[in-house]
Amino acid sequence: MWRKRAEIAFFVAPALALLVAFVAVPVATAVQMSLYRWKGFGPMVDFVGLANYVSVLTNDVFTDALVHNLIIVVGSILLQLPLGLAIALLLNRKMWGQGLLRTIIFVPYVLAEVIAGVVWFQLLQPQYGVIDTMLAAVGLQGPDQGFLGTPEYALWTVLVVLTWKYLGLAVILFLAGLQGVPEELYEAAQLDGASWWQVQRRITIPLLGPTMRTWGFLSMIGSLQLFDMVWILTGGGPANATTTMATFLVNEGTKRQNFGIAGAASVVLFVVALVLALAYQRFILSRDSKEDEA
Amino acid sequence: MTRTTRGATMVALGATVALLATACAGQGTGGQGEEETTEPGAPVTITWWHNSNTGDGKKYYDKVAADFEAANEGVTVEVSAMQHEDMLTKLDAAFQAGDAPDVFMERGGGELAAHVEAGLLKDISEPAADTISTIEPYMSGFQVDGASYALPFSIGVVGFWYNKAIFEDAGIEGTPSTMDGLYDVFDKLKASGTTPLSVGAGDKWPAAHYWYYNVIRECSSETLAAAIADVDYSDPCFVKAGEDLEELIDTEPFNKGFLSTPAQSGATSASGLLATGKVAMELAGHWEPGVMQGLTEDGTGLGDNTGWFPYPSIEGQQGTEFAQMGGGDAWAVSNSSPDAAVDFAAYLISDEVQQGFAELDMGLPTNPTASGSVSDPALSELLTVRDGAPEIQLYLDTLLGTSIGGAMNDEIALLFAGKATPQDVVDAVQSAAEAEM
Repeated sequence: MWRKRAEIAFFVAPALALLVAFVAVPVATAVQMSLYRWKGFGPMVDFVGLANYVSVLTNDVFTDALVHNLIIVVGSILLQLPLGLAIALLLNRKMWGQGLLRTIIFVPYVLAEVIAGVVWFQLLQPQYGVIDTMLAAVGLQGPDQGFLGTPEYALWTVLVVLTWKYLGLAVILFLAGLQGVPEELYEAAQLDGASWWQVQRRITIPLLGPTMRTWGFLSMIGSLQLFDMVWILTGGGPANATTTMATFLVNEGTKRQNFGIAGAASVVLFVVALVLALAYQRFILSRDSKEDEA
Repeated sequence: MTRTTRGATMVALGATVALLATACAGQGTGGQGEEETTEPGAPVTITWWHNSNTGDGKKYYDKVAADFEAANEGVTVEVSAMQHEDMLTKLDAAFQAGDAPDVFMERGGGELAAHVEAGLLKDISEPAADTISTIEPYMSGFQVDGASYALPFSIGVVGFWYNKAIFEDAGIEGTPSTMDGLYDVFDKLKASGTTPLSVGAGDKWPAAHYWYYNVIRECSSETLAAAIADVDYSDPCFVKAGEDLEELIDTEPFNKGFLSTPAQSGATSASGLLATGKVAMELAGHWEPGVMQGLTEDGTGLGDNTGWFPYPSIEGQQGTEFAQMGGGDAWAVSNSSPDAAVDFAAYLISDEVQQGFAELDMGLPTNPTASGSVSDPALSELLTVRDGAPEIQLYLDTLLGTSIGGAMNDEIALLFAGKATPQDVVDAVQSAAEAEM
C-alpha cells in the first residue's frame, strides 16, 4: 500500500509543484496585493483592507468593462453559434473543394492573435485603410474617426473581428461532433422519408448538443478573459468604449502601477468567471452528464 | 507510450528541482539597502544599464565605460545596453526583486519620488555637488525635499515640429507665436488642402501634452506648485486650460481618426503622417526627428524640411512667458551602490562625455559646455529655446507620477473624444491625487 502511495506521490509531485509555483502562488499573491496599496517595488506595508475593491467596484470604467465583457460573451455566442452551425452543416456535405474550404475557415483561428490584430488595425485605418478605400470606391464614407475610433462603433467592430477570428474553432468542433452522429440514424431517417431539413433539425442538431454546450463554455470563458485583440485594436479606447476587465487591470497595474487596484480587479474577474463557469456547469453542462448517467 | 510519459515526468521533475534551486539561490543574493563599504583601491564592479543599444551610441558608451575604468584603478564597469522598452521592463522587475543596477535611467517627477520613498535611490547631493551646480536649471524634477537623486543628462522640450515645404506651399511666412496666429496657420493649411495637425490620441499622452502646455500657460508656476503640494486643483486656471483646448479641438485641425491614431508606430501613426507629408505639424518632443527617420524608407525623415517652433502663448495667460514643457533622462544611483557608482554617474555629465554625446546627436546635453556641439539644425533651434527658457516644467504626467498621470491622460483623451468637460479633467486629477494621499 505504501508503495502505491509513494508511486502516486512521485508522479503527482512535479505537476503539483508546477501548479503551486505558477498558479496557486500567483493567485495568492494577487489576493494579497489587492489588500495593499503598492507601487510594484519596495515592501508591501500599506494595508488598506477592502478599499481597493470598493474603488474598483465603484469605478464606472470597470463596471462598463464588465458590461462590455458580457456583451462580448452574449454577442459571440449569438453570432458564432448560428454561423458556425450553418457552415459546419454545409461543409459536412460531400462537395468539391471541401478540404480547402475547411482550411480557409480555420486559418484565422490558427493565426496568432497579435498578428491578426495588427492586420485588422491596418485594414480599419480611417482614410488610408483598405476598408475605407473600398467604401470610398463605391461612394460610401466610413465614420470620420474610423470604425475603431468612434466610441459608438468600436465595440461592435471588435466583436466582428473576434467573430472572424474564432468562427473557425466553432466550425471545427461542430464538424468533429458531426462525425460522432451514427450513420444508421441518417439511414433510418431516410427510409422514413425525412427531408434534409428535418434530418438536421431532429437528429443532427440535438445530437450536436453536447459539442455546442462545450463550445459555448469555451467561448464564454474566452470572452470574459478577452485581452489581446482589444489591446491591439483599440487599447480599450476610444473613450473607454472597448475596455474589458483584463485591459482595465493591465492598465491599472503595469501602466499606472496601482498594483493593489489591479489585484482587486483580477480577483473580481476571477470571481465573475468562476461564478459564471459554475452556473454554466450547473444549469447547462449538467444535462450532458445526466444523460450519460441515464 | 509509457516511455514518452515517463520522459515527460522526468523533465517536469527536473524543472521542479531547477526551480527550487533557483528559489534558494535567490535568497542568498538579496542585499537591498545594505551599503557596500569598499576600501580605497579595492576592486569594485559597477553595473550600468542604458538604452543606446545600436550603432555609434553603443560604441560611444562602451568607450566611456572603458575610459572610466582606465582612470579609476580597480573599478570595472559592466555595461548592459538594452532596447528602451526592454530596459523599462527589466528595471521594474529589478526594483521588485531589490537588485537594481548601480547606475540606471530615471525620468524624474513622481516616479522618482516613489522610488526614493521605497528606498531604492541614493542621495547624491553631497558626493555629486559639483556636477549638480553645473546642471542646476534642470535639477528640480530630480530632487525630493531638497535632496538630489539623479543627474539629468538629456533634457528636451516639446514644441511643434513642422514641414517647411508644406508651410511654404500654403503661403505661411514665419511661425506663429500666439494661439490666434496658430489658428491662422490652420486656416491657411486647410485652404491649401493639407491637414494641419496629427495627434496620437490613441496613446493618450501625445494628446495630453496640449493640456499640459495650456496649464503651463494659464497657471503661474507658483499656482501649479501649490496645487500639487496642497492637493488642491480648484484654481480656475486649470479649467481654463481645458477650455482653451476645447477651443483648439473645435477648429478641427487634426488628422482623420486621431482618436485611435498611435503616437509613433507605423506610417499611419501621428509621427508617420508628419514624416510622409500627410500633415503639416505635430506637437512632440526632441525625439521626433529620430522617430521620423525610422518611419521613412530613405531613413531621413523630413530631412531639410524639418522645422520647429515653440508652443504659442495664450492671451491673458498667468504662466511665465516663454516657459517650456519637457523632460528627459537622468542617471540615478542605487541606494546600495559603492561610491564609485556616484563618481561614474558624475563622469557621464562631465564636459568631455557630454560633448561626445552631443556630437553624436544622442540627445540634448544638459552640461552647458556641450550645447554648441549639437549638429542637427532643428535640434539646435530647440536647444536655443530651451536654454533661453526662464523655466522648464516637467511633463505633468511624469511630474505627478504614473497613477495620477494615467488618470489625467485618460480624462484628457476623453476630452478629445468630446466625452469629458474641462471640469471633468480637473476632477479626475483631483480625485486621483486624493487617492494617493
